[in-house]
Amino acid sequence: MDAKQGRKLDFSPILVPLLSIVVALEFGGILVLVQGINPLLAYEVLFTTAFGSFDGIAITLAKATPLILSGLAVAICLRAGLFNIGAQGQLISGALASAWAGYTFVGLPALVHVPLALIFGAFFGALVALVAGVLKAYRGVHEVITTIMLNSIVIALSDYLTSNPFKEPDQPLTRTPKIQDSAQMPDLLGLPLGFFLAIGLSITLWWIMKNTTTGFSIETIGRNKNAGWYAGISVKKTVMLSMLIGGAVAGVAGAVETLSIVGRFEPAFNAGLGFDGITVAFLGRANPLGVIPAAILIGGMRASASTVQFEAGAAPELVDLLLAMILFFVTAPLLAKFFKNRKESVAMTSGWSN
Amino acid sequence: MNTLLEIEGVSKRFGAVIANENISLTVKGGEILALLGENGAGKSTLVKAVFGLVRPDSGTIKIDGIVMESSDTAAAIARGVGMVHQHFQLVPVMSVTENLILGDEPKRFGVLNIKRARAEVLSLSEKYGLEVDPDAIIEDLPVGMAQRVEILKALRRDVKLLILDEPTAVLTPQETDELLEVLRNLAKRGVGILFITHKLREVMAVADRIAVLRDGKLMGTTTPKESSESKLAQMMVGREVVLRVEKGPGKPKEVLLAVRNLKVIDDRKLEAVRDLSLEVHAGEILGIAGVEGNGQRELVEAICSMRPRSSGEVMVKGQVIPNLSPRAAHLAGVSHIPEDREKHGLVTSYSIADNLVLNRFDQAPFANGWIRNLEKVANNGEALVEKFDIRAPNASLSADSLSGGNKQKVVVARELSQQLDVVVASQPTRGIDVGSIEFIHNQLISARDAGAAVLLVSAELDEILSLADRIAVISNGKIVATFGSKEADRNTIGRLMAGLAS
Repeated sequence: MDAKQGRKLDFSPILVPLLSIVVALEFGGILVLVQGINPLLAYEVLFTTAFGSFDGIAITLAKATPLILSGLAVAICLRAGLFNIGAQGQLISGALASAWAGYTFVGLPALVHVPLALIFGAFFGALVALVAGVLKAYRGVHEVITTIMLNSIVIALSDYLTSNPFKEPDQPLTRTPKIQDSAQMPDLLGLPLGFFLAIGLSITLWWIMKNTTTGFSIETIGRNKNAGWYAGISVKKTVMLSMLIGGAVAGVAGAVETLSIVGRFEPAFNAGLGFDGITVAFLGRANPLGVIPAAILIGGMRASASTVQFEAGAAPELVDLLLAMILFFVTAPLLAKFFKNRKESVAMTSGWSN
Repeated sequence: MNTLLEIEGVSKRFGAVIANENISLTVKGGEILALLGENGAGKSTLVKAVFGLVRPDSGTIKIDGIVMESSDTAAAIARGVGMVHQHFQLVPVMSVTENLILGDEPKRFGVLNIKRARAEVLSLSEKYGLEVDPDAIIEDLPVGMAQRVEILKALRRDVKLLILDEPTAVLTPQETDELLEVLRNLAKRGVGILFITHKLREVMAVADRIAVLRDGKLMGTTTPKESSESKLAQMMVGREVVLRVEKGPGKPKEVLLAVRNLKVIDDRKLEAVRDLSLEVHAGEILGIAGVEGNGQRELVEAICSMRPRSSGEVMVKGQVIPNLSPRAAHLAGVSHIPEDREKHGLVTSYSIADNLVLNRFDQAPFANGWIRNLEKVANNGEALVEKFDIRAPNASLSADSLSGGNKQKVVVARELSQQLDVVVASQPTRGIDVGSIEFIHNQLISARDAGAAVLLVSAELDEILSLADRIAVISNGKIVATFGSKEADRNTIGRLMAGLAS
């Protein structure tokens, strides 16, 4: 009788993301209208290109593949109360490492070469994230600061490596040699193999979070670090492990791009994939399964940006604008909750001080 | 002298807890009124009402004869009320001058005039004889100096009535003496002072009048001349036993928990537990009585390996517990009901069932190796909800939906439903309803009867007196006396708690 009864069904995990998409589309529509273009036409082109045909869907899913993975990288860390802004750097690190493994090893069968290159990507992505994890665990340095800085370090380092030791010989361009055919990720049922890998990883991580002691440890320190410490969970280890998993997944995202889309490492490619992962993670409510539809939506919008320009005349930046607004609206209620309820923040990041 | 503050019939409830009940008090200009009482007696609530931070349910508060609208801090400040909070409201990285002018900065053509601000600080500090370095950075200052800045901040706004909420809790004895001197000087200048404390020595040294609160009621007002420290102690802690606990005599057996020469540092890097030793036997409850902030929290956290021990050791069943490993303490057989259930005891957004396995989620039968056995977790949840009378329709609800008492029952159920060797219960019934208190008391007794060694830490002397088989009084980080439950005398313990020799 003293328990507050009446268990209201909580629709907000679905409702808030949907509402933020709708509101973002409305505001975007106004801006399109100001350009003198019919927003309904622009949106019709946007969505029919992305989802209106089998080919369109295939392209959308290809675009969504790295976004699922980078979204997953951010989402897992969010569950542990860590805001991993460094998915971009981890992704680039993984993309470069897998490219190196892809062109350096010769004579391997594809069945060995592709997984090996993926593992290289995961390992180097994880390595970058682990730096932030160790600094957080042992020195209390906030992960937002370290992951942002690591982004810059990785970008600079990858520029150096691709223009010097890893550079494709006798070519003016700053890029690595092309990967061996044996490292090329094939398509499956007309879809990139990486898409299935991303879905598989999402399901695996969702299952781990739900059913394993590791998942429970991560979730617990994300929700109440003090109670985790009291309960005997090593907060340091769990922080490092979460960053490690996030980094590895982001590294795989980069590797999949290299091995199935780009075919080598070129600094200009991969731009923004890690940052879109932040939007995907928040839109997917930091749920490993939720990131899949979120990534498909955003992948579709990215895929059809240029068509919108051709057919409706709207600037392709419209998509960037929409994504930014979606992120804004989807995080606004979370932030409100975070500030209202600072005592125990739920699946949001910890405070600035340790 | 004129009457500055008139509190008339103020009452305030928080849910089922009565914080203030029909309290009437006055403070005159130039007078120091000490508000004395145990923790939870309602002192803070009362002064917060005066300062407009808390809205009383009934009663009026007049300042300078004018009735204050409730919940209006700005109006209270405008009427000349200043408050020095227990937790300083200072910006640690800014200088003394910057902190003092914050919110009311001297400007020149709309630009901050720091020179004038600095001069103002100097003259203010001279006027009241409160020496500070205007250029010092707050975080570099010792606590007593930072508090001085707080007081100056209030004085800068021409306070007539200065409220200090447990100002000496954070001070060293020397700093305390300095503060008392400052208060005397301010009173001489006509400032009325309302001073909250539970330390009798300070009250006797500085107060003109003393008001004693107990359980939200005003027990009476007196003066240091008419009273004595022991009389005040009795007024403070001498309430009737509200809750009687049915229990047989303890049957102490072998020592299960031994603490040897323990020293522990607190968050302020001061030694909070000083060379403390104690033993708890199987089948007995050892109660630690003491005024809060005398090292109890640090003692408990060190026993449970949550806080580093700077020296000494903790042994459970003869086995030394490693430093800083709550897991090791738990596995060695320590059950811990923590002082702050929301901070440590629960993940409130988790289900009741998950909370009931919080510190053994990765052990059989709740996990088979890496995989959690969610069915076992759910079954355990339902069984404990039933057994420990947790008022919830089912164990899959989030712990958030429970009342304070039921939240605490979740913690108690978890801790007492495992192999019981040592039970460390810290403030196990704070802020919860009477029914839950009774239930938890009985659970602690049955843990004892089942052969556990129970260490009970409580700021409620009644709780200690009614539950403990032996009582140890802690003061200033040391056990100052130990009594059998029969020889324990409330007044003696009260005096020892207050830091007086018996």
